[in-house]
Amino acid sequence: MGSKTSLSKALVRRETISGYLFMLPCLFFFLTFVIYPMFMCVFTSFFDSNMGKNTTDVFIGLANYRELFSDRIFLGALRNTFVIVLVSVPVVMVFSLWVASAIYDMPMVLTSAFRCIFYLPVVTGSVAVTVVWKWMYNNYYGIFNFLGKNLGLIDKNINWLGDEKYALWCIILILLTTSVGQPIVLYVSALGNVDKTLIEAAEVDGANRSQVFRNVKWPQIMPTTLYILIITMINSFQCFALIQLLTSGGPNHSTDTIMYYIYYTAFKLYRYGYGNAMGVVLMIIIAVLSAVQFKLGSSDN
Amino acid sequence: MLGKKSKLTRTVELTVIAILALLFLFPLYWIITGSFKTPQEVNSVVPVWWPYEWTLRNWKTLFSKLKAPVFEVMIPFSQYFSSDGLPIVMLKGVTGPAAIRWIINTVWMAVASMVLTCLTAGLAGYALAKKRFVGRRIVFTLIVCAMALPKQVILIPLIREMSALRLYNTMNAVIFPIVGWPFGVFLIKQFAEGIPDGILEAARIDGAGELQTFKTIVFPMIKPGIGALAIFTFISSWNDYFMQLIMLSSTNNLTISLGIAKMQAENSTDFGLIMAGAALAALPIITVFIIFQKYFTKGITMGAVKG
Repeated sequence: MGSKTSLSKALVRRETISGYLFMLPCLFFFLTFVIYPMFMCVFTSFFDSNMGKNTTDVFIGLANYRELFSDRIFLGALRNTFVIVLVSVPVVMVFSLWVASAIYDMPMVLTSAFRCIFYLPVVTGSVAVTVVWKWMYNNYYGIFNFLGKNLGLIDKNINWLGDEKYALWCIILILLTTSVGQPIVLYVSALGNVDKTLIEAAEVDGANRSQVFRNVKWPQIMPTTLYILIITMINSFQCFALIQLLTSGGPNHSTDTIMYYIYYTAFKLYRYGYGNAMGVVLMIIIAVLSAVQFKLGSSDN
Repeated sequence: MLGKKSKLTRTVELTVIAILALLFLFPLYWIITGSFKTPQEVNSVVPVWWPYEWTLRNWKTLFSKLKAPVFEVMIPFSQYFSSDGLPIVMLKGVTGPAAIRWIINTVWMAVASMVLTCLTAGLAGYALAKKRFVGRRIVFTLIVCAMALPKQVILIPLIREMSALRLYNTMNAVIFPIVGWPFGVFLIKQFAEGIPDGILEAARIDGAGELQTFKTIVFPMIKPGIGALAIFTFISSWNDYFMQLIMLSSTNNLTISLGIAKMQAENSTDFGLIMAGAALAALPIITVFIIFQKYFTKGITMGAVKG
């Protein structure tokens, strides 16, 4: 803001007053319904608190956090969440980059048609998507058992969602179909913005397709890759609707994720403070991972 | 520049992508055809790829199973004066299918979120980009940090806040946090940064007031951004299942997503009925998406590429 030192004091005051007046409606909603609850999430995590009307919260320090790390269900949920993130993030990244580089230089009509189709599962909405997959996974009438048996992949019906071995993978498969839409849109636009003269120059110099990609396109789409990495990670960490509607964390807590377990603790066990402690842990994990990715991504450039 | 990809590679690529696209379309196809199948066809072990006899049975059940007043208009703020702490109903529509009520609720929720978000984010995004006010850096940092955090962890504290404010189980409990979410401000700020300072300076010298400047100069220039934000907010609030799930509970107040989830929980084996519900929830929003696809795409790319 060095150049602004020449502004007179009166002008600064005028700018400040009008600036805040313009910000006022937004700040009201932002502070009341985002920042305040965020603060309360951290604050109540140090209390033994339930949703009851006539009970008061008791300060218990770090007891919620200590309990968390000896809670087998929480640790299982943590593990499941990491499995989901570690599987879905790389698959989404590779798949969407591949689809985007295949479709971005097609004729405009085809590009937007494909982009639209791959985005459809997101627009359809998690509830509609989940109920149809629930039918497809069904033990008796599901299409997966029919195809599996006819193609000789399985010899008897599998209860996909009711079996600890498969349930989490079934959820990951649905999550993948609903996660690639946005990255494809972003990559198509980033690849379209790559400086064409650089590509042509590299081709004149005799670079082949993979060399052009590695040395010209990849560095230029790096900021987009970083952004996609972070949003995909956050989305995978927040996987909730699929679990709540398909398995409710079962069978035997094999599909619990942190998000679902927070919901379960707060709304089924009514342990408000304990649920918030988990929320804080989730926030810290995501903040640390985002920061690490950001550091790695920007030092790469 | 296409020369580097051989014709054969292109054909193979196109075929593979087309097959994948069909697989991505399949769940939607299954929802729509499933909603017109008879119970025998739905519960057939060998999948019925195309319904033999199209039936409206599922759709009729969907619209007759649960009843609710088609709409209710509440007296604003009346929950703070009424004896039971609930809003007082001023005007009540005829009793009709609950599914229609859910659609009306959802449309109202999405439109109100959209209008409020565009209004607050338009004003604030412009101020953040063009006003040199004290504390601007702090406000902007707070906004960026809030965006990077998982939205859903705040929903549990929000419940308590909403019941304290007597907003719990009203549409406002869903709308207000959506409006508060700072993505919109961030997006509009990117657009508003393109406004040349000279024009704003000229307007000030000509004696235009702040609001007049906003209306006549700023708004027309950030309009594409507002359009993108509007459609983005409409679609994402329509599909924001978690927020709706924890904030709304009575049958009259459900959104279409919640209504389908509720029916699914109560009749988990009647897949025909559930598919009709899923189609009712998905088709309007898909139509909106296809019509406004261009703006929508712009919205998600603008927020990312420059950010």
